[in-house]
Amino acid sequence: MNYTFHFGVVWDDWHALAWGTWLTIQLSASAMVLGLLVAIAGALGKTMGPKPVRWLVDAYVEAIRNTPFLVQLFLIFFGLPAAGLRMSANEAALFAMVVNVGAYATEIVRAGIENIHRGQVEAGLALGLRPLQVFRYVILFPALQTIYPALCSQFILLMLSSSVVSTISAQELTAAANDLQSRTFRSFEIYIVVTAIYLALSLAFSGTFAAIRRAVFVETGKR
Amino acid sequence: MFHHFGTNDFLFLVAAIRWTLALSAIAFIGGGIGGLVVALARTAPLAPLRLAATGYIQLFQGTPLLMQLFLVFFGANMFGGRIDPLIAAAIALTLNAAAFLGEIWRGCIEAIPRGQWEAATALGLRYPAAMRDIVLPQAARIAVAPTVGFLVLLVKSTSLASIIGFVEITRAGQIINNATFQPFLVFSVVAVLYFALCWPLSLLSRHLETRFGTVSR
Repeated sequence: MNYTFHFGVVWDDWHALAWGTWLTIQLSASAMVLGLLVAIAGALGKTMGPKPVRWLVDAYVEAIRNTPFLVQLFLIFFGLPAAGLRMSANEAALFAMVVNVGAYATEIVRAGIENIHRGQVEAGLALGLRPLQVFRYVILFPALQTIYPALCSQFILLMLSSSVVSTISAQELTAAANDLQSRTFRSFEIYIVVTAIYLALSLAFSGTFAAIRRAVFVETGKR
Repeated sequence: MFHHFGTNDFLFLVAAIRWTLALSAIAFIGGGIGGLVVALARTAPLAPLRLAATGYIQLFQGTPLLMQLFLVFFGANMFGGRIDPLIAAAIALTLNAAAFLGEIWRGCIEAIPRGQWEAATALGLRYPAAMRDIVLPQAARIAVAPTVGFLVLLVKSTSLASIIGFVEITRAGQIINNATFQPFLVFSVVAVLYFALCWPLSLLSRHLETRFGTVSR
């Protein structure tokens, strides 16, 4: 193997990668927050809405879960302008990520809501809790506790799949790496470092999520 | 310069399905063998093996598949010469699938009640025989549904091979789009083709879940 590693080019441009890392975090977090709103609406529609709404939510969830994110991205970025809706690469990336994670999170939130037994609500009321207290202690908190781990892993999956939006030249970590690569031709060194950054991000986020879980849920559960 | 999307274009996309399927099949077989090794190591009675398997899973589940693909593709350059996109994609997807299947199957192995191990030991079976004859056959039943579910993920993942230039459905869509410039139509057809591959698998997985999911209880 006659190859000399040159990690120097990566360190010379560390600020480009740092900026890309920040954009990846920003993009993923925005998509997750907006996707959660979609998911709550979707889950409510699926569990409580009339039949046509339920059918619509089903169609949305199945369509997204059974097609690749890359194709959804292309359809939104290349297809929608042809249909009259123009947007920048970054807007298209965010939109595609929201649409995508919204479908997966809809299923998670729906499962969380359906997990709460009617009898629990009735028991809460029978014990003299006011309706708002029932909602808080009997529905919201247990539901959040059940779906929290699934939502956390969904966020990490979302963050990792966000690297795909570099294909439409939306700005984030992988795009920063591609840019650096086309200037220095040190592809292997750059992608090794960027892969390590993604790994560090996943580990940091799952660690943080677990700490939050211990602090918020486990302790209040004991009371 | 551009022509209208016609039957030939449609047939070109449909024909590309075989490359998506071929890549999925290679990755599933390779990943299945690797996944079994990972799952066995992850549940092994030896701590170093468990640690190595955990690290492997963490590494592949904690980084983007696109980066894994790039590293194989560009990494091959270090050994001189360009690598065929199909081979690069097959290697990356196989390594990736091994991690995911390893983690899924670890869960299935661990779902087998301890009593089964104790009974096997009481009958005089050592670890290899207990694993092969008692635990794995039961774990396999629970594993069927999530494994089919993973297949959906794998078929979708093969679309990333288009980024390094392998002509499967997505890349075929890009080629047709460059010639017709009807992106909404072309990528809708591409999406429908993926849906036609993945949806039956999703339904099958759900059906198997209700059928096999609770058998061992």
